[in-house]
Amino acid sequence: MTDPTTYISHLELGERDETFLDSNELIINMGPQHPATHGVLRVILKLDGEKVLGTECVIGYLHRGVEKIAEHRTYAMFNPYVDRMDYVAAVSNGLGYCEAVEKLLNVEAPPRANYVRVILTELNRLASHQLWLGTHALDIGAITPLFYTFRDREEILKIFEKYCGARLTTHAFRIGGCLYETYDGFEREVKKFLDFLEPKIDEYEELLTTNRIWVERTKGVGRISAADCKSLGVTGPVLRASGVKWDLRKAQPYAAYSDFEFDIPTGENGDTYDRYLVRMAEMRQSVRIIRQAVDRIPEGPIMAKIPKVIKPPVGEIYHSIEAPKGELGYFVVSDGSTQPYRVRVRPPSFVNLQALDLMVHGQLVADVIAVIGTLDIVLGEVDR
Amino acid sequence: MLQYITSYLDPNTKGTPGDVGNIFWAFVYIVLIFLGLSVAVIAMNWLERKILAHMQIRLGPMRVGPHGLLQPIADAIKLLIKEDIMPTEADKLVFWAAPLIVVITAFTTFIVVPFGPSHAVTDMNIGVLFMLGVSSLSVLGVVMAGWASNSHYPLMGALRSSAQMVSYEVAMGLAVVSAVLMTSLSGIGIYATGSASTGTGTLSMIGIVQSQMMQQTWFAFKFFPLGLIALFIFAVAMVAETNRAPFDLPEAESELTAGFHTEYSGFRWSLFFLAEYSAMIAVSSIAVTLWLGGWLRPFPNWLSGETWDMVFSLFPGLTFLVLAGICFFSTMRMPKHPYFRVQTIGLAGFGAALAVIGLALFVPPVRDRIQDIYWFVAKVAVFMYLYIWYRGTFPRYRFDQLMKVGWKVLLPVGLGVLILTAVAGVF
Repeated sequence: MTDPTTYISHLELGERDETFLDSNELIINMGPQHPATHGVLRVILKLDGEKVLGTECVIGYLHRGVEKIAEHRTYAMFNPYVDRMDYVAAVSNGLGYCEAVEKLLNVEAPPRANYVRVILTELNRLASHQLWLGTHALDIGAITPLFYTFRDREEILKIFEKYCGARLTTHAFRIGGCLYETYDGFEREVKKFLDFLEPKIDEYEELLTTNRIWVERTKGVGRISAADCKSLGVTGPVLRASGVKWDLRKAQPYAAYSDFEFDIPTGENGDTYDRYLVRMAEMRQSVRIIRQAVDRIPEGPIMAKIPKVIKPPVGEIYHSIEAPKGELGYFVVSDGSTQPYRVRVRPPSFVNLQALDLMVHGQLVADVIAVIGTLDIVLGEVDR
Repeated sequence: MLQYITSYLDPNTKGTPGDVGNIFWAFVYIVLIFLGLSVAVIAMNWLERKILAHMQIRLGPMRVGPHGLLQPIADAIKLLIKEDIMPTEADKLVFWAAPLIVVITAFTTFIVVPFGPSHAVTDMNIGVLFMLGVSSLSVLGVVMAGWASNSHYPLMGALRSSAQMVSYEVAMGLAVVSAVLMTSLSGIGIYATGSASTGTGTLSMIGIVQSQMMQQTWFAFKFFPLGLIALFIFAVAMVAETNRAPFDLPEAESELTAGFHTEYSGFRWSLFFLAEYSAMIAVSSIAVTLWLGGWLRPFPNWLSGETWDMVFSLFPGLTFLVLAGICFFSTMRMPKHPYFRVQTIGLAGFGAALAVIGLALFVPPVRDRIQDIYWFVAKVAVFMYLYIWYRGTFPRYRFDQLMKVGWKVLLPVGLGVLILTAVAGVF
């Protein structure tokens, strides 16, 4: 086990060039304490002046052993832990885990629970994308959008707080459905929020989409082809921006997603600007989905009939959902006891981060920042 | 001795203390400018945080004093009593000298800034050249700071900074030359003392403003749109020159943590801060002097005559009264809780002080003398506001794009403007 604090990169310096001036490549550490690495990511950069010759990510500074913890908790007890992985999209994490265990138990959440799940998950996608937009713009130097997005994200968090009492790590869902019935006026409040949000999305776009400097900073930066995305396993908006129409909500519908009409926005060039456009379009699609769900939310029970003690039959299951950052998969192995034998998480951030080296090779230091921002990683999820 | 001091106040003496050779008054002017600049930097600090905060739907500083008015002072005290850290691997002498160079160059430029026909420390016949030359020396301090820190990020920040300053200096110089050309083109060259000599232009800051007065046009509007384009080039180049957003690459906090001053702390760091804001004011003063008529009041042709002179002379007092009014309005809106009593009284007192100053500015002898300074400061303030506005609006340029804008856009346009100005002047 390598101690991360003393870890030395495998990147090697080239020959010293003493023909003209004594010059050499430079290896610098970006992070783990750096304002633009979105947490405790450490990137070792090999630079020729400002040009990036190689990168290496050192991760694990936020490792908490979430997967190992699962082996010592019952199925229900592990549920809150998954919220702490991608803490800006805690609802999605919970949805993926609950559905995986439900599949293992062979039960299905009632339709009303599924609708509530869709509404909350999509609200969470909006919140996650807003946080991404604010920090991404901040990294590129536009400091104002951050405050606009946080102002609007606050409204989503208020809805979460009213629904389940928590703002960030919500633990909103339970295995078999939802624990809480929606509060009075939930539908009205969500609709009011959507009416409030839609013009705000235009406002964000007004600040950035046609901004000359923003376009120059993002167009052609961190380009990745569809083939590279596939071979690296990159998913989510990054994959879609490269032109692949792949969204698990359509490809293998879960919860109640098959009931709704929505488009999968895709890009063409696979650069940072396209990823920005795709995510902005996704926010609009999320609004569309929530509107339909709120209008058609059925009556009925919110919790399926599941035993008090969850004891799935021996077996294994892989279930994945479309989290805001990409494919979030849970591989759960049951040995028939009350505790999972093994839980393996496939976090989108971790897989997407692998594309960093490919995307920034030969570009400038400033582009590394832009690409880290556009990959939309959360270190809690990368390190688990 | 006393006679020496009072001799300058003789109405027959024309020109700045430096021209007359009166060391005492030159010293007084230097002290006044130094104090004024310090106050301006403190005010800018508060204003920038407040204005930026309101652009970003925040409140900004609110705790220290009413509406955070004492926040810059609290910050200054904090910086002064902070531990002074010097990295062990640093080059001690260079590390020590770098902030001094930056701050000295930033302050020295103000020697030739004309706040009025005689309100300057001195008037050199190469005023503009002196100002550009001295202000571009500050890049030396930046490079030294980056080098002496013996650390990667400051080094990269320093390299970016030097490349950036050097390339924008060229476009800036071209814009300045086109303005200097305009001083001679009408056939009236004016030297500092006000004596006209035909056919020659002038580099003297006071001479340039007087030339605008004689030609009855601000150079921004001369040979429309050439003057405006030159002003635009200068306005872009000066933002790059002072390392402010969107050209703040040397201290890009999301890339290079804090750029060249990463390793500096406490008072040394505050010197960089002081120098940055002084430099902003300095380059804005150049822009105002060269293109926007320096101390001249707006609309001298359109709204001419004694009545209008009278109306415009009321502006300084009115400005202070409006500020006082804002203070009193805010006082009324302060929370009524006893906890805020001291702050409420303080704010009312501040408003009262502003009102007293405002009323004092209506007294005829003061009113006549303060006008030049008022208009000059007001024009500089517009540029300062623009600086804050840019910061709230624009993302940051990338290094290569910054170079592209400098060399491929501003430089050719600047050359074109220069040539066209020369051509326009002949015909």
